[in-house]
Amino acid sequence: MRILVCVKRVPLTGGTIVLTEDAQAIETRHLGFTISPHEECGVEEAVRLVEEHAGASVVLTLGPPEAVEQLRDAMALGIDRALHLVSDGEEWDPQATVGAVVEAIRADEAANGAFDLVFFGNESADAGNYQVGIRVAYALGRPVATGLKGVTLEGDVVRCEQEVSGGRDVYVLPLPAVITVLEGLNLPRYPSVPAKLRAQRKPVESSSPTRPSSKLEKVRLVVPEGQGKEAVILGHGPEAAPAVVEVLRQIGVA
Amino acid sequence: MVIVYVEESGELAQQAIAFARGLDDPLHAFTAGEALPVSGIEVVHVADGDAFSAYAPAAIAQALVELVERLSPSAVVAAGTERGNEVLAHVAAKLDLPFAANCTAATPGDAFLVMRVRWGGSLLEEARLDGPVRLLTVQPHAIAAEEKAAGDPAVELFTPTLSDADLVGRVVERVAAAAGGVSLAEARVVVSCGRGAGSPEGFEIIEELAGLLGGAVGCSRAVTMAGWRPHTDQVGQTGTKIAPDIYLACGISGATQHMAGCKGAKTILAVNTDPEAPILASADYAVIGDLHEVVPAISAELRKARGG
Repeated sequence: MRILVCVKRVPLTGGTIVLTEDAQAIETRHLGFTISPHEECGVEEAVRLVEEHAGASVVLTLGPPEAVEQLRDAMALGIDRALHLVSDGEEWDPQATVGAVVEAIRADEAANGAFDLVFFGNESADAGNYQVGIRVAYALGRPVATGLKGVTLEGDVVRCEQEVSGGRDVYVLPLPAVITVLEGLNLPRYPSVPAKLRAQRKPVESSSPTRPSSKLEKVRLVVPEGQGKEAVILGHGPEAAPAVVEVLRQIGVA
Repeated sequence: MVIVYVEESGELAQQAIAFARGLDDPLHAFTAGEALPVSGIEVVHVADGDAFSAYAPAAIAQALVELVERLSPSAVVAAGTERGNEVLAHVAAKLDLPFAANCTAATPGDAFLVMRVRWGGSLLEEARLDGPVRLLTVQPHAIAAEEKAAGDPAVELFTPTLSDADLVGRVVERVAAAAGGVSLAEARVVVSCGRGAGSPEGFEIIEELAGLLGGAVGCSRAVTMAGWRPHTDQVGQTGTKIAPDIYLACGISGATQHMAGCKGAKTILAVNTDPEAPILASADYAVIGDLHEVVPAISAELRKARGG
């Protein structure tokens, strides 16, 4: 069993988003970074599947040189090795991203054999384009299921569960397949110190693809105007309870 | 011409139709399997056949591709739901065209100038969407739905040519959810807490207050990542989007990740020790204080008011 997980480095935005002066990016000088949340669950799921069924796991990212931090995080959770498509620091649109990812997958498969499963997040936390996993599936000629909160290997098929209003919809895809997952699929483990140290020694293979022109071309980012609300302070401490109950009564829920 | 893909009739479909009307005319709709009731368009094209008895995004996309090739619309629009985005991404992959998800506005032109949602709504992106057919979805509740127009659209059935690959990814089973308490997404009242609860047991006072109000318990992402509450309780960009009459956010700082999930609340009441917490900029009411003291006091006051 060979499993690939594709992840994206995104900033931890905190309470307010501040843009760079040219409005092309989020000002991240004072921010930390993380693996986009849905994909962190993809990493955990891949590690669990390899623990259960044996095999090898690989993590891939397209990102700036600093994104090696997220590759190490994934390897600290148990991924075996990493592919780093080092970007120019500019944002790649979905089709450009897909081109680079597909090329890297084909190269790795030519050397090491096909991936039975390729994981993506359903959508990235930052750009939220909802399409990279699906486009990669088409480029590779493999079936795809999206937005999954349940993934079970059953012989040469994967059972995929998607939460919908009123229950779960089930898809059964033959391997090899591409799947996109959502946070809540599992609870990612907390990496141990020895696991973090081991991750430092795991191999990272780098390449530098060239960015083609964008077909969904970002012009600028805009921070939406706040609602201009100023909260009415009902009081301080437990003495505010009667005022809270009065609000609840006015709304009709007390 | 614009083709609107309607996965489900109702409010979101009518919002997508209102959005499409600003792009081009005439408006046609496309549905898979059955002619769903939609209003304000000229023709509903219905993909017919057994293939559409269960949801199969690649098959629906192939039917749309056939329609696009036959009718040459300037744009294809759908509601920005999970399935609207999924089907349009399949169409985009099949036609190798760009696709802009979750738009709040669009100006037609050679390339469309679109405004689209990032970070679950905490940030917007202005972008140029290129291509002979512009593919876009509409952010739910970003624009008003059209009033229901008089007259029914004409219905035209067609049977698209599908490949085996189009039917591999299809729903083969629906597992019903176990009946539970009040659902977070539909609750009229949500009482939630962040890491300030201190422990899983810290949620007892939150559960008590939610119980008294007939509401649901929510929490922040930090809480689910710590394993204190199940992910189904998480309010946020990567959790549940809620729309209650009132949201009581206790010890919630107001990170963008969280606010993306509770923007739909009609009223927000924050309980926070920090009068500078970001959530106060989005809240209608606030109590400055320690949730461990304030929440039990609210429960006690409710009981007193009810004479017990």
